[in-house]
Amino acid sequence: MPDDLQTPLLQVQGVHKRFGENVVLAGVDLEVVRGSVVTVLGRSGTGKSVFLKCLAGIERPDAGSIRFDGHPLDADTPQARAEFRRRCGFLFQSNALFDSLTALENVGLPLEQTTNLSDSEIRKRSLEALRLIELDQHAERYPSQLSGGMQKRLALARAIVTQPELVLFDEPTAGLDPLRRNAVFMMISKYQRQFGFTAVIVTHDVTEALVASDRVALLDQGVMHFQGTPAEFIASKDHVVTSFRDSAAALGTTLAALRSGADIHSED
Amino acid sequence: MLHAIGSHTLSIVHGLGDFTVFTARSFQAVLGSRRLMRRVIRAAFEQGVRCLPVIVIVGMFTGLVLGLQGYYVLSRFGSESLLGALVSLSLVRELGPVLAALMLVGQAGSALAAELGIQRNSEQIAALDTMGVNSLGYLVTPRLLASLLIYPMQTALFVTVGLWGGSLSGSLLLGLQPGVYWSAVERAVGSADVRECFIKAATFGLLTVALCCYHGFNSHRNRGASGARGVSASTTRAVVQSSILVLTADYVITSFLV
Repeated sequence: MPDDLQTPLLQVQGVHKRFGENVVLAGVDLEVVRGSVVTVLGRSGTGKSVFLKCLAGIERPDAGSIRFDGHPLDADTPQARAEFRRRCGFLFQSNALFDSLTALENVGLPLEQTTNLSDSEIRKRSLEALRLIELDQHAERYPSQLSGGMQKRLALARAIVTQPELVLFDEPTAGLDPLRRNAVFMMISKYQRQFGFTAVIVTHDVTEALVASDRVALLDQGVMHFQGTPAEFIASKDHVVTSFRDSAAALGTTLAALRSGADIHSED
Repeated sequence: MLHAIGSHTLSIVHGLGDFTVFTARSFQAVLGSRRLMRRVIRAAFEQGVRCLPVIVIVGMFTGLVLGLQGYYVLSRFGSESLLGALVSLSLVRELGPVLAALMLVGQAGSALAAELGIQRNSEQIAALDTMGVNSLGYLVTPRLLASLLIYPMQTALFVTVGLWGGSLSGSLLLGLQPGVYWSAVERAVGSADVRECFIKAATFGLLTVALCCYHGFNSHRNRGASGARGVSASTTRAVVQSSILVLTADYVITSFLV
């Protein structure tokens, strides 16, 4: 393990967030070391995406602190925000691609708007990013002319074209079939190794997350119920962890029983 | 009852304040905006070129009707020779800026509100924020700047086409000498009228584009309507409020300039 893997890039302490009466985050703590892949697991509606949006600065936490490379994000000066956003990429669940811009223009947008690079340099870097994710043949196509997997890759290219140190992934495999899910996690792993960024992935795909991550956290009832390595997650006897971890296996057992004609009773 | 009135009044005041801050921040974003000119040109194309047909058609028929109505009213007093003055002053002072602005609101303003609403819904605006791009500077500022240029230009076109429409119905259809019509136009319209016309056009452009952008940009804040219905509600509100705003602002500006 490299030395800088031990240096925390992101430190989250006691983050609270509520919408009206609905408490979503009730004191979330998380530490992400530089160069690692951390996956935040959790059932749907547990606030994973809200947590990620707090990290990205889209949502403002009600309480708690988030430090990026030692600097508090809640200091909230425009310079601090701009500096953080320059060093952070975000891949939305919906990809959030600009549908009126071509693939090349989508990738070039952050360079065009946040740097003083010349047009030719922006084009060169954007084409290079597209080439790395094998989309250079589709540079002039619009997002609607690309498949779901290609759109995901395009969104990743846009997120990493500014060479951020931290990339946040919001449900990168939502709505994809198992083969594509696997491909997306492989893509994240491949490019994370290639570019060396730190990744925080929010998902509920346990198997793929365990393969692709250095550390796993489980968000439940507004707090991080578990944090550890994938091996520790697999070995954990904690009830919440086991129920989440084994849900896929339980579904397989249930389906097998259904096929054999046995009666199925809900545990509830 | 009193509580409801108070609450509604507070809501209006809050909305006005929010709209003012939104517009001020959009102008402030000029300072840090990169490659602004090319986006202003694109916005000018959207507001300008796409609206040309409707401006020309409505301008022509407005002029035709003014010529027709004016000729018959003036002929009762034997003053047909003043048709050019009636048509030109009506168009330059009132109908040109107001009708052109209403047409632009219907065509470009509604498209603007819907486009921004969809961009809000599909997280494109949030994506800009996460990239460190000022979303107001990227999406709203160029449109506001373009409106200051395009609305006066479209109004000038509307008035020009309308004057030709008046000439067409007055001279070709009703037998008034074209020279009489155009010399009346020349004598009637002064530089103060033209200045009033352009002041109104630029003000209507700024207000309506800012309002349409405001509703589209904040479509996620709609109470009780989200998603496609939220975009639809925002677009409707943008067009209705912009139309009312044009007429209200017209009265205010006229009362100051007359």
